[in-house]
Amino acid sequence: MALLEIAGLRKVFGQVVANDHVDLTVMPGETHAILGENGAGKSTLIKMISGLYKPDAGTILFDGALRNFNNPREAIVAGIGVVHQHFMLIPALTVAENVVLGIHGGWGRYDRKTAEEQVSKLSKEVGLPLDPTRKVEDLPVGMQQRVEIVKALYRQAKLLVLDEPTAVLTPQETEDLFEVVHHLNQDGIPVIFISHKLDEVRAVAHKVTVMRAGKTVFESPVGSASAQQLAYWMVGRDIVLQTQRDVVQSGATVLSVNDLTVFDDRHTKKVDNVSFAVKEGEIFGLAGVDGNGQTELVEAITGLRKLAHGSVYLQDKDISRASVAKRIEQGIAYIPQDRQRDGLVLPFSIADNLQLREVSKAPFSKGGWLQKRAARKHAEQLVEEFDIRPRNVDLPVGDLSGGNQQKVILAREMARRPMLLVAVQPTRGLDVGAIEGIHKHLLALRSEGRSILLVSLELDEILMLSDRIGVMHAGHLVAVYNNGEVSREELGLAMTGEITAKEAGA
Amino acid sequence: MKRLWKALSLPLYAVITGLILGAIIMAIAKYNPWSAYGSLLMGAFGNPIAIGNTVSGAIPLMLTALGIAVAFRTGLFNIGAEGQYWVGAMAAVFIGYNFASMPWYFHIPLALIAAMVAGGLWGGVIPGLAKAWVGAHEVITTMMMSYIAILLAHYMVEKGPMMQQGFVPQSPPITSSATLPTILTNSNLSAGLYIALAAVVVVHILLFYTSFGYKLRAVGYNAFAARYSGLPVALYTVLSLGISGVLAGLAGGVQFLGVDYQLTDTFQSGYGYTAIVVALLARNNPLGIVLASIFFSALSSGSQMMQITSGVSANMTDVITGIIIFFVAADRLYAYILRTFRKKQVIAVARKEVQG
Amino acid sequence: MNFFLQVFGNPELYASTLAMATPLALAALGGTFSERTGVVNIAMEGIMLVGAFFGVMIAVLTHSSLLGLLAGMVAGIITSLALAWPAIRLQSDQVIIGMAINVFAGGLTAFLLNTVYGYNGTPTNTPFLPTITIPGLVKIPFLGQVIGQQNLLVYVMLILVVVGHYVLFHTNIGLQMRAVGEHPEAAATVGVSVVNIRYLGVSIGGMLSGMAGVYLSLGLLNGFDVNMTNGRGYIALAAMIFGKWTPFGSLLSSLLFGFAIALSISLQGYQVSANLVGMLPYVLTIVALTGIIGRSRAPLADGIPYEPSK
Repeated sequence: MALLEIAGLRKVFGQVVANDHVDLTVMPGETHAILGENGAGKSTLIKMISGLYKPDAGTILFDGALRNFNNPREAIVAGIGVVHQHFMLIPALTVAENVVLGIHGGWGRYDRKTAEEQVSKLSKEVGLPLDPTRKVEDLPVGMQQRVEIVKALYRQAKLLVLDEPTAVLTPQETEDLFEVVHHLNQDGIPVIFISHKLDEVRAVAHKVTVMRAGKTVFESPVGSASAQQLAYWMVGRDIVLQTQRDVVQSGATVLSVNDLTVFDDRHTKKVDNVSFAVKEGEIFGLAGVDGNGQTELVEAITGLRKLAHGSVYLQDKDISRASVAKRIEQGIAYIPQDRQRDGLVLPFSIADNLQLREVSKAPFSKGGWLQKRAARKHAEQLVEEFDIRPRNVDLPVGDLSGGNQQKVILAREMARRPMLLVAVQPTRGLDVGAIEGIHKHLLALRSEGRSILLVSLELDEILMLSDRIGVMHAGHLVAVYNNGEVSREELGLAMTGEITAKEAGA
Repeated sequence: MKRLWKALSLPLYAVITGLILGAIIMAIAKYNPWSAYGSLLMGAFGNPIAIGNTVSGAIPLMLTALGIAVAFRTGLFNIGAEGQYWVGAMAAVFIGYNFASMPWYFHIPLALIAAMVAGGLWGGVIPGLAKAWVGAHEVITTMMMSYIAILLAHYMVEKGPMMQQGFVPQSPPITSSATLPTILTNSNLSAGLYIALAAVVVVHILLFYTSFGYKLRAVGYNAFAARYSGLPVALYTVLSLGISGVLAGLAGGVQFLGVDYQLTDTFQSGYGYTAIVVALLARNNPLGIVLASIFFSALSSGSQMMQITSGVSANMTDVITGIIIFFVAADRLYAYILRTFRKKQVIAVARKEVQG
Repeated sequence: MNFFLQVFGNPELYASTLAMATPLALAALGGTFSERTGVVNIAMEGIMLVGAFFGVMIAVLTHSSLLGLLAGMVAGIITSLALAWPAIRLQSDQVIIGMAINVFAGGLTAFLLNTVYGYNGTPTNTPFLPTITIPGLVKIPFLGQVIGQQNLLVYVMLILVVVGHYVLFHTNIGLQMRAVGEHPEAAATVGVSVVNIRYLGVSIGGMLSGMAGVYLSLGLLNGFDVNMTNGRGYIALAAMIFGKWTPFGSLLSSLLFGFAIALSISLQGYQVSANLVGMLPYVLTIVALTGIIGRSRAPLADGIPYEPSK
């Protein structure tokens, strides 16, 4: 008898069909993975299961009853526990306060002591020991996830949904999490495990359902589906792991990073004594699980973060202390990870966004006066060249689709023919067509002899584009390989810290 | 055309709503709203002198609102323009009654520059730096600085260095060499009008035709993206609040060189607050600020006539102003009402169909 | 030396401090509840005025100062709903709505004063809130002169601060309030109604600001006068911030600010400028915000509209 049975679920937002014909059956005590690319509709499905969205059609049968949740509270009361990708914790409150929040309302006394005892006891029982008196904002990310899980279990969840739970974890923390999932299964609690990572799904799940373009397209026990097969269903075609990359004779060193050490805002050492070089006409891919120091490394290179130790050279110029503006001027271009927040001024027009980094210079301004005609001409050219749609350069960038927004950033950064392009997750959240286009542009820049530092969490992207691959783990650059001389398995091992300090090809 | 209508529709709705609700309140209090509004209109525009006084009252509003709009454009809320106005006034009056031997073409500019610098420092340096360095919210810091300024002004004329000889707490009057000439006989309208209009043009050009203005706006809309593009966000925050204060200070200077001439012991102009309304209603558009300033100045200059001829308390105009701000801020209200209305219509139609 | 003893050795100064601090503390406590749930409340000035006016009006009509008090509190709640509704339902800018309320309330109360009572102001036979004498306490030298005999609302305020602390930090609803002001989305996922909690927070704020207003018109001063709050709503705002958005913090900073006001009053007639002393609350607030003496941090979601998902 299935615990959760979903049939024909559908959700539409305006013109966009986010979910359609979604079926899912989860049995007690199993871990059921939902696999899919970004934008495949996994999050929408989760939000309907957890009562945040109401389905437009279809049924949710849970624990023997037809459910029609009006709000998250009803889902929680029914026994559905969800750990969202972005944690739903209140940083300023303690662990115990976060766990018990919302269970009791009214003017009655909040019994701090009992709450703390209960949370402490429960967390030990399920193998996730926590200090209930600590504030959540003082906990590392892995611990915060524990709080989320304990929060769900405290509400007597009969089903636990984990939305992309490993995205923020270190390999060790991931192992621990898998342990907990098995533990829960043994207690009879099934887990829905959302992921877009094949290896994890194969490691933790009993069954897998693949989603693509808002639909469930494939279901099978994990053991009887090959990686190739799953990947096929995920993207809807065979993955070509190699694109055509012409061999460019790599020349002089463009970027050299020497003994770099960087701290984050909380004074934690995030980059520890890292050295590497990127050469002319080379794409240097930086692989690693999220949160292993890539962000801080990139910020130190682009000038957004102070470096604690070491140096950064662009060609033979020491730019370790140079301002962001100075570095832009020297030839560094940057595609930030969060494009809406860091890359664009959404209310500004396409034309205005395309001059964002060089507005003080000719041809965009002369003697402090904006040259609107020149900016327009420049924008019209780029819109054509990079196929930004619609073609209207006066349109606010906020009105464009995600793919076209990314093209605006790409166009702005590449139009300057930078010496070095730092691209962080340049294809995140984009559809397959847009991804291909962006990859083409990056390879074209490389063919011109420019250098690219590519940071990506997608191993496939790294393998497809890079000439050399560096792997980061826990702030260290643990290995550098020539692409083609390394297997996925080896990279995976390096990313999990299994391989320490190896300089390949040197 | 469509765009223009879109920009104008909300302020118009808000003003109309304000006037209608004001009329309802008057009617409830057994006044005749028609005659009240009639006398208000006459008081504000009934003869050339009244028009001159209305326009004169719009000058400090215009300048202060321009400053507030510059801050709004950079995503900052300068709620303390009132205090910046008074430090500007103090600086201008201080220069104005000293240096009597100076020719007017030095004396007036010097007094105005002093007013601008004082306002700029007051609004820009402390709140700006506090915001840029430690993220202290400018709404609170500018508000607190405003109250400090007003207490300082009281001190200056009661016990401080600007106290005039004698028993009345007030400053000495400015000399004739520092006085802005009146441009309409028997009215308050001074040459300050030209200064205000010039400021409108300059601010418009600065914001939309220079790379500096572009950067100010970029920082305002998205400080993160600006930082990633190498703009010194902290500097632009200070500059934006600074310019805002400069204009509020100039407003104080122009008002005292052109209309009031000496500080007396009441420091409540209200310009700093009404100017926020002006900037909001004008949607930070410089030309809109000119019109909105005249509208609010008319409300205030006509209110005396309203009180005298219709017996309606002059404070009624504050009630109307409050309602207008409310409806400008609650901009989604009209959409909300429309939506609810349509829904009801749909339900009614559906009911009819079911019954029929 | 003699001068210092005259000013600072006088128990009147401290009794006056307590009296001056009461409206600030009441409004600051109310503001704490509003902002802890995530709604910025700069409307306290206006709400106090409305409370002060209707307190007098109803007290005159019913010949009961307590009914006046009740009316002022109800008027405060109703006025605060004019902040709550657009802030919560329409995601309007809370600072601007607050400003609108202040302008509106200033105009309306002046208009009503003029319309209802004409030019003579509120009647002289208005029943005022009683002064309470605490039997044993009043006999203690000095201390008794400070807190032995004060207006009813001074004692009510002290009790309310304790109750407010208990509610905010030791009840379930208080936990929900703190959660909603920090991270409404997270609170919503565990079934807390962000909308209801915010309405509650703002209404408590309105009620207490209304009470502060009644204290002014029926306690501290005699009757209602145009703009009689005279910036106290903004000082209360400062006290709330300086008190780090906590009830006891609000009380302590209100006492400090009240002391500054009392001191500036008792200095009238001396050479020291009362105006300069009066700057103290504002200067301290800026200092508190810049973090020189322990950073004051607002609730994370304070002032940020919450949009429920469909």
